[in-house]
Amino acid sequence: MRPTGPFLFRALGDVGGTILVVALLAVAVLVPVLNNLPPDSAFFIPNYVVPLAGKYLCFSLLALSVDLVWGFAGILSLGHGAFFALGGYAMGMHLMREIGTRGVYRDPILPDFMVFLNWKELPWYWYGFDSFWFAALMVVVVPGALAFVFGWFAFRSRVTGVYLSIITQALTFALMLAFFRNNFGFGGNNGLTDFKDVLGFNIQAKSTRAALFAMSAIALALGYILCRLLISSRFGRVLIAVRDAESRTRFLGYRVEHYKLFAFVVSAMLAGIAGALYVPQVGIINPREFSPANSIEIVIWVAVGGRGTLWGAAVGAFVVNYGKTYFTGALPEAWLYVLGALFVGVTLFLPKGIAGTAQEWVGKLWTRTAPKQSLAAQPGVVE
Amino acid sequence: MNMFQPGAHIAPDRGAASTILYLDSVSVSFDGFRALNKLSFYLVPGELRAIIGPNGAGKTTMMDVITGKTRPDSGQVYFDGKVDLTRLDEAAIANLGIGRKFQKPTVFETQSVEDNLRLALKDRRSVAAALFSRTSAAQARRIDELLQIIGLGDQRASLAGLLSHGQKQWLEIGMLLAQEPRLLLVDEPAAGMTDSETATTATMLKDIARERSVVVVEHDMEFVRSLNAKVTVLHEGSVLAEGSMDHVQNHARVIEVYLGR
Amino acid sequence: MGHTVMIQALGRLGAAAVLCAALLAAFTFVAPAGAQEAAPAAQEKRDVAELLQALAAGPDFTTKIQATHDLALTGDPRLVPILQAALDGNLYARKSDRLVVIGRESGGMLTLTDPLEEKQIGQAPAGDFERATVNNRLRTVLQTALGALQLAHPDPSKRKASADALFKTPSVEMIEPLKIALTHENNGSAKRALAKALAATELQFAETGEARTKAVATLAAYADPDVRALLTGRIGSIAADAPAEQQQLKAAMTSALADIERTLANWQILGNVLQGVSLGSVLLLAAIGLAITFGVMGIINMAHGEMVMLGAYTTYVVQMTFREYLPGGIDWALLVAIPAAFAVSALVGIAMERGIIRFLYGRPLETLLATWGISLVLQQAVRSVFGPTNMKVSSPAWMSGAIDLAGGVVLTYNRIWIVVFALLVFGLLILIQRRSFFGLQMRAVTQNRRMARSMGIRSGWVDALTFGLGSGIAGMAGVALSQIDNVSPNLGQSYIVDSFMVVVFGGVGNLWGTLVGAFGLGIINKFLEPYAGAVLGKIFVLVAIVLFIQWRPRGLFALKGRAVEV
Repeated sequence: MRPTGPFLFRALGDVGGTILVVALLAVAVLVPVLNNLPPDSAFFIPNYVVPLAGKYLCFSLLALSVDLVWGFAGILSLGHGAFFALGGYAMGMHLMREIGTRGVYRDPILPDFMVFLNWKELPWYWYGFDSFWFAALMVVVVPGALAFVFGWFAFRSRVTGVYLSIITQALTFALMLAFFRNNFGFGGNNGLTDFKDVLGFNIQAKSTRAALFAMSAIALALGYILCRLLISSRFGRVLIAVRDAESRTRFLGYRVEHYKLFAFVVSAMLAGIAGALYVPQVGIINPREFSPANSIEIVIWVAVGGRGTLWGAAVGAFVVNYGKTYFTGALPEAWLYVLGALFVGVTLFLPKGIAGTAQEWVGKLWTRTAPKQSLAAQPGVVE
Repeated sequence: MNMFQPGAHIAPDRGAASTILYLDSVSVSFDGFRALNKLSFYLVPGELRAIIGPNGAGKTTMMDVITGKTRPDSGQVYFDGKVDLTRLDEAAIANLGIGRKFQKPTVFETQSVEDNLRLALKDRRSVAAALFSRTSAAQARRIDELLQIIGLGDQRASLAGLLSHGQKQWLEIGMLLAQEPRLLLVDEPAAGMTDSETATTATMLKDIARERSVVVVEHDMEFVRSLNAKVTVLHEGSVLAEGSMDHVQNHARVIEVYLGR
Repeated sequence: MGHTVMIQALGRLGAAAVLCAALLAAFTFVAPAGAQEAAPAAQEKRDVAELLQALAAGPDFTTKIQATHDLALTGDPRLVPILQAALDGNLYARKSDRLVVIGRESGGMLTLTDPLEEKQIGQAPAGDFERATVNNRLRTVLQTALGALQLAHPDPSKRKASADALFKTPSVEMIEPLKIALTHENNGSAKRALAKALAATELQFAETGEARTKAVATLAAYADPDVRALLTGRIGSIAADAPAEQQQLKAAMTSALADIERTLANWQILGNVLQGVSLGSVLLLAAIGLAITFGVMGIINMAHGEMVMLGAYTTYVVQMTFREYLPGGIDWALLVAIPAAFAVSALVGIAMERGIIRFLYGRPLETLLATWGISLVLQQAVRSVFGPTNMKVSSPAWMSGAIDLAGGVVLTYNRIWIVVFALLVFGLLILIQRRSFFGLQMRAVTQNRRMARSMGIRSGWVDALTFGLGSGIAGMAGVALSQIDNVSPNLGQSYIVDSFMVVVFGGVGNLWGTLVGAFGLGIINKFLEPYAGAVLGKIFVLVAIVLFIQWRPRGLFALKGRAVEV
């Protein structure tokens, strides 16, 4: 039943995904190279574009993680921004420790904000973050653990649909309130910023930025491949079955809560990785990343791109964020109108998003060659 | 008999031992409405039983209690004479070998007919197994067999959502067979079917009942008659009458309930 | 009368005696019966003017002190601002003719007020005036004279305020004046305040231990945080090796303090409950519209908060209109704003339902996203029209002020009105749902749409109107919230999470559940706050609700049975 063709295509199972992965690998190489051309060259990529595009790629990975749970398990999380931010904070904590004596107060151990608050000792939960590898582990462990605990409670007691959405929103809201507090030990309102180095490389340097961009592209490609493999396994079929008819799946003997939990935790970890790559590129992480509005915005990236297509989510995040950058620069007043209209328009007129609509057209053109699988994976195709 | 298996409890000896399904004075109420009222009922292995009753008689609630969807307020429910079903959840009950077909056909509409059967196929249900195990040759053969039985061989690759109503019902029966259950609960299999589809369905169910115990809930009297099985009449949450179709149809209370008083 | 006796006592210039005299005179002044004995009004006015001249421009401080005494003796409450002005250095005499004025200096110019007539009489260069000088002795006499005059103020709330001030800064001179004031006082709350101030003063300055112990007994009856602080301080000041009499006093105070602590703890509980009820009523108002749109219709309206916001802005517009065209009726603008806000939000709601939401029935998650989009558009629209800053909506006179319950529990009128309003709106909604024909249709459509349709109910219109009703109620909530919160484009966002929590906690589809949910959450929140702080308390409540939903996924008052499965 697998589609035939070149190896990558066979592994990924759909055209869009294959193009996405190839394109990502290409830009991972091309963007740093083009960035190094002389500025008057026609192919030159200006310096400011590199971290900006890198940021979009992190958002794409975040959107991918949301699509894994929303598109395939029917879990509409309005709190995925929390996992992203937690991953970001874990990375931010490491970058803070790496500042060392170069802070304003020149304290070798304590970050500036702690000195400012007159703290004498590093809180226990900051231990270990001086090691990059520990921090890298925490980037996936912390969001994963939160997702596990939250999901274990929620899925076990069968909180579904909008109820689940509302409590995920409450979760990120509560975390936002907590992180805004100064005595919580994460820099309060200002968050973590003024980073100097990452792994010994100057965080502002052109080469570091290019490397971070390339890593983001590769992380997105790997994340995509992981999700695609999950979805095309029997696990993915069960997940789709849960999305479409949860109690039927249960009566077949599947422990629905375990499947949802696994997907949720994997998704949270991907979101955490996205956050960790995001922080060094934008140079700051603060509690506003936890705001419920942010998390809802992620969902619209997925909806614009096409729920349940994976590659569509990644594309959607990139497109919407490019639009956001453009509008907030050109017509700042108009951005919220555009975003609002996007929410309404996509749900009303483009329920399958860019990717779903594209697949449909391709499917119409090559009814024989297009694999049914990819269409089948889409929710709401058959009503 | 493994009495140390979790969830397995020895039923008090009230004749439960030789039954496949045993309900004793089971009551369920929703906000004051008594859906089941001290319902007692049992089934011996290999039996095919039809359950009829007017709307609100408690047929669906009874299915819900047996499959773990609804917890009874009081009463006992035992499977195979020894497993207390009131302590288990749906997945555990399904894995004991109790399959259920819903009133409204529910198949996984965005997946192919073949995938639907694969999902139902008796196998390990854990996340790890789903992630790493592959479909064995034996399992593939079994799917082919099932497609044969339910007559959907030509539609194996089409999406289940595109099937006709009757085909969905058969697919669902096929999925039940794939589970290889020891007890099958079938809710209104003939609803919304054409006459010829109904006849095919009756034949299928009788075939199935040769190897397993089956409980069929149905409104359609002709269909029930064609099953040629023992009939239980439910009314207001309890058993009103039990026996052959002829016996039941001549039962004074049954006539009263069905024709109005 | 004892009048003359007191005047004789003046010879010694003992401040306390002077004040007693002043106070008695003051009561004479206030009480019409006593006024007969006073000199003819014109005569007296001239005297007062002369005394003021002596105070403002007397040759030496002895003259000034004498003048202050004599002024206090008139007992005229109009002197309070003048003496205050003298204390603050705002009393001036014109160099040319010794005319006494109260002046406020700014940029070398004085804004002049006639001291007795209390009206502005123009501006003049500061150089033409001489400031009335004050030394420490005169300051003490002025302060006590002020205190005494205020104890006799015709307004009981002023008398109470000055007694409360004396409680906080007791001085030995005030014992006698307080006693006299106490015997003349006939207003309940002022009398209590006087007795409290007297007891506090006696506790500190009374000569006999017996009198002090008696003062403690009096104080024990006042369960308020001030008395608690006073007693705690006094207990701490008595050392363990103090004489026996002191020890007795300490024991008396300790037992009185224990009584007060107990009473205060009870008041504290009541206070928390009342604050919780107040917060609960706000939550109820915010959530009640949602209980209709989400609870009854099952529509996730993320723009619900914006309906509240629109109501608040409508209030602002109505108030502006009143200010412009009908300034006299400004106090009633709020009453006009209620139906106006209902209409505005309801119309926007109906437009939303007909234009967008009806195409998304049965797809709750899509509805959630689309309405979120609408909320962004509405916020930005309001921001474009009114600007991003907070708008000021003023409270009408009948909503300002507060009731001061005992034990430090204060109820402001606007909070009370909001509780009343929330309950009224709730009651109205229950009536509509239970008793009106529209309510019947509404319930029919939500329970079984197809059946309702076949009975000839135009389900589309019922949907639109139900949604309009929910939105309109949110608008009415906006009117109330404009009284206690900033009217800004973000107003709605701050309530949306709370509103959903209330509805989910109470149980979807059950208006009574929403009522219990709102007040329950409000009270829990206020009980947590003292221990955890406001933010942490809120976090606890959120986490608790998240856990609660695990336990009862369908809320406190869930509907059970087959109806839920649809």
